[in-house]
Amino acid sequence: MSTTTPPTPGTNGAHPVVKSAGRVVDFVDQRITASNWLKRNMRKVFPDHWSFLLGEIALYSFILLLLSGVFLTLWFKPSMAHVYYDGAYVPMRGILISEAYASTLDLSFEVRGGLLMRQVHHWSTLVFLAAMSVHMLRIFFTGAFRKPRELNWLIGVLLLVLGVANGFTGYSLPDDLLSGTGLRIIEGGVLAVPVVGTYLSYFIFGGEYPGEDIISRLYPIHILLVPGLILALVVAHLMMIWYQKHTHWGGAGKTDENVVGYPFFPIYVAKAGGFNFIVFGFIFLMAATIQVNPLWFWGPYDPSQVTAGTQPDWYVGFLDGALRVMPPWELDIFGYNLTLSVLIPALVLPGLILVPLALYPWLEQKVTGDTREHHVLDRPRNVPVRTGLGVAFIVFYILLWIAGGNDFFATVLNMPVNWISRFLQFSIILMPPLAFWITKRICLGLQRRDRDKVLHGRETGTIMVSPSGEFTERHAPLSVGEAYALTAHERREPIEPGPATDPNGIPNPAYKRERRQARLSRFYFGDVVQKPTREELEHTHHDGHGEITEGDTRDQSAAGDHIASGQQ
Amino acid sequence: MSRSSSGRGGRWLSRVLSTRRRHPLAAVAVLLVALFACGSAYAALSPSTVPAAVSQTAQSTQVEEGRQLFAIGCASCHGLGGEGLVREDGTVIGPSLVGVGAASVDFQVGTGRMPMAAPAAQAPRKPVAYDDEQIAALAAFVASLAPGPEIPDDAMLDTSADTVDIARGGLLFRTNCAQCHNTTGQGGALTYGQEAPNLTGVEAKHIYEAMRTGPQAMPVFNDELLTPEDKLDIIAYLENVESQPDPGGLGIGRAGPVSEGLWAWLVGIGGLIAFAAWIVTRSASARSSS
Repeated sequence: MSTTTPPTPGTNGAHPVVKSAGRVVDFVDQRITASNWLKRNMRKVFPDHWSFLLGEIALYSFILLLLSGVFLTLWFKPSMAHVYYDGAYVPMRGILISEAYASTLDLSFEVRGGLLMRQVHHWSTLVFLAAMSVHMLRIFFTGAFRKPRELNWLIGVLLLVLGVANGFTGYSLPDDLLSGTGLRIIEGGVLAVPVVGTYLSYFIFGGEYPGEDIISRLYPIHILLVPGLILALVVAHLMMIWYQKHTHWGGAGKTDENVVGYPFFPIYVAKAGGFNFIVFGFIFLMAATIQVNPLWFWGPYDPSQVTAGTQPDWYVGFLDGALRVMPPWELDIFGYNLTLSVLIPALVLPGLILVPLALYPWLEQKVTGDTREHHVLDRPRNVPVRTGLGVAFIVFYILLWIAGGNDFFATVLNMPVNWISRFLQFSIILMPPLAFWITKRICLGLQRRDRDKVLHGRETGTIMVSPSGEFTERHAPLSVGEAYALTAHERREPIEPGPATDPNGIPNPAYKRERRQARLSRFYFGDVVQKPTREELEHTHHDGHGEITEGDTRDQSAAGDHIASGQQ
Repeated sequence: MSRSSSGRGGRWLSRVLSTRRRHPLAAVAVLLVALFACGSAYAALSPSTVPAAVSQTAQSTQVEEGRQLFAIGCASCHGLGGEGLVREDGTVIGPSLVGVGAASVDFQVGTGRMPMAAPAAQAPRKPVAYDDEQIAALAAFVASLAPGPEIPDDAMLDTSADTVDIARGGLLFRTNCAQCHNTTGQGGALTYGQEAPNLTGVEAKHIYEAMRTGPQAMPVFNDELLTPEDKLDIIAYLENVESQPDPGGLGIGRAGPVSEGLWAWLVGIGGLIAFAAWIVTRSASARSSS
């Protein structure tokens, strides 16, 4: 495209600098022959849509996490050895605190730029995980996880889990009262593991909780192990996107065989690079103006102290909420306790969420029986059941979130915390199905509207009075592009099971499986509003005038004007 | 006295007394003289009794005034004598105030918690219904029922004293108070509509009294559990925290991760998505220029 060196005006030949640069490039190219590969990849096309940038937000905040994290490691001391604090923060002077907490106080009050970097690190964590979550929702609702991208979906789920894990270890490192209380809850979860719980806890904490080891053990996990894994998986994630190409929204000229968009170089290099700095700048702005985790207020960790208002960061909040609303169930098996009230929310629930989430691409494939590749995204309304399931999950998750802050909301709303918890216990069971049903209805309604639009055109709001005094509304036909976008998706008919017996009366051995699949398929696509067929479309076009005289207000006006106002 | 004798007055008097000593009114006259002498002697020999008598009258009028205020504003729940009212089924309408002391009244009425607007799980802080004199009268009346914690004097609340240790106060606060009031005194929810109130902006005297008397759901921290010095350190810590600026920027409630999460989603991701949507609109000009 263009080089950074401008050509000298007035001369036909290139500038000597350009010439010599060209010679160097040529020299390299003749030896490693990369120019074709480069040309192909530099010109790689990516589609443009705001929702495709959510993953980029996650990527850039992760880079910022690495950078600010390196800064913090220069001062942080991962040690639980106790020292008398004598630093700048007066209300802590003379108190016996751990070195980890003391060094974090020093970072906040004495290291130049330390507080800013701490806040950058914390805010970018919160943004990183939020960006990953909305990115994942985007992928889910648009069906971008379908073949061939199932593996990348799996990597994404892993990244989210690793992100949460690293967030939590980081939250635990400063050894303040909040982080210690968080670890105490983790210890409770570990203790609830049947049979080996106690041993596991002793193993993790190096003896009786809290011990002297946990901070120095979490430290390498937080700064080396998990970030390394995340980095490796991010690279794999991006390489697969590059290799498999990006998905795009349906529309004129966009198919499963092509990608319509702009080339990576120069458009996306500029846009992505620019967006990188926007994300950096935005997070820095937040860190410079909004205080996050003022741990000098919380005080040093002491197992004998637990404060009101103890909450984890938002990404662990749903687990805390599950713990809070869980009824106090406990089983007594031969004198051994099985603490279901901890076991279920702390260990069973994450499994119940993560396994279906990770396997969803395959589950849906099972239902649809569709093993083709897909590169055009689904509009969420066109797969009402998937969209409904997604919204039901969001509602479930948000309710658990609220449960995690039930004391906070009790104070803010001035309601008894017991009522809030009781209400949540019921709504966690009842609301997700309700949300599913409502979402599915809305999707079907939107599909019906799309269908009407394709068949009858867009309502113009212009009311016509016929000579006989009848009022009708003019409908303007859609442009070809619009109509194409509305009908680009496939008709999805539920699968019918084969006959139970073949013509000779021999029972079909796979019948039961087929019937099960058909039932699931009917659940998914049984009441989908289909896009109009060619016949339906031609029928409305041809019979338009006839219907006007028949006097069916809705169809006649639409179909009639479709042709009459074709010039509009 | 019909006869006068100038030179021998003494004899005359003794004669008169001796001749009239059997007079029917003699005993009355002697009694009067003796009473007068005793009275005068008492008045002359005990001068301090006069102001004491005055202040006693004043105190009894203050108690009396308190009793009257109490009968109007408090007795419907606490009973006319402050003995408390309990329904037959055992529900307490108002607890007994015998022995709660002046500190309790000064706290409950001085922060507007009493009188309550309506029976509820908890009496919230609200505008004070009585003036200082009336509160003092009520306190005097309740204190007169039985001895109890007294209102702390200013010397006990002097947080600028040299012996005050803020860091120690913080440690004590986290150990004894933060379970309910949060580490910075932001307060928190308790069961069934009760709550530990926010301590921001509460007078030192009231915090002291609350610790001493244990209002509502709060436990009593008597002077053996937390000595007056401990209490003063705690108050000093709270004052320090309250006056501390937020070095990191907006405090967003100092309420910890819940509000941080809200900000991360609403401002953080919300703002960045807005930027993403904006940067996508830049493609048109990028296309036209390339």
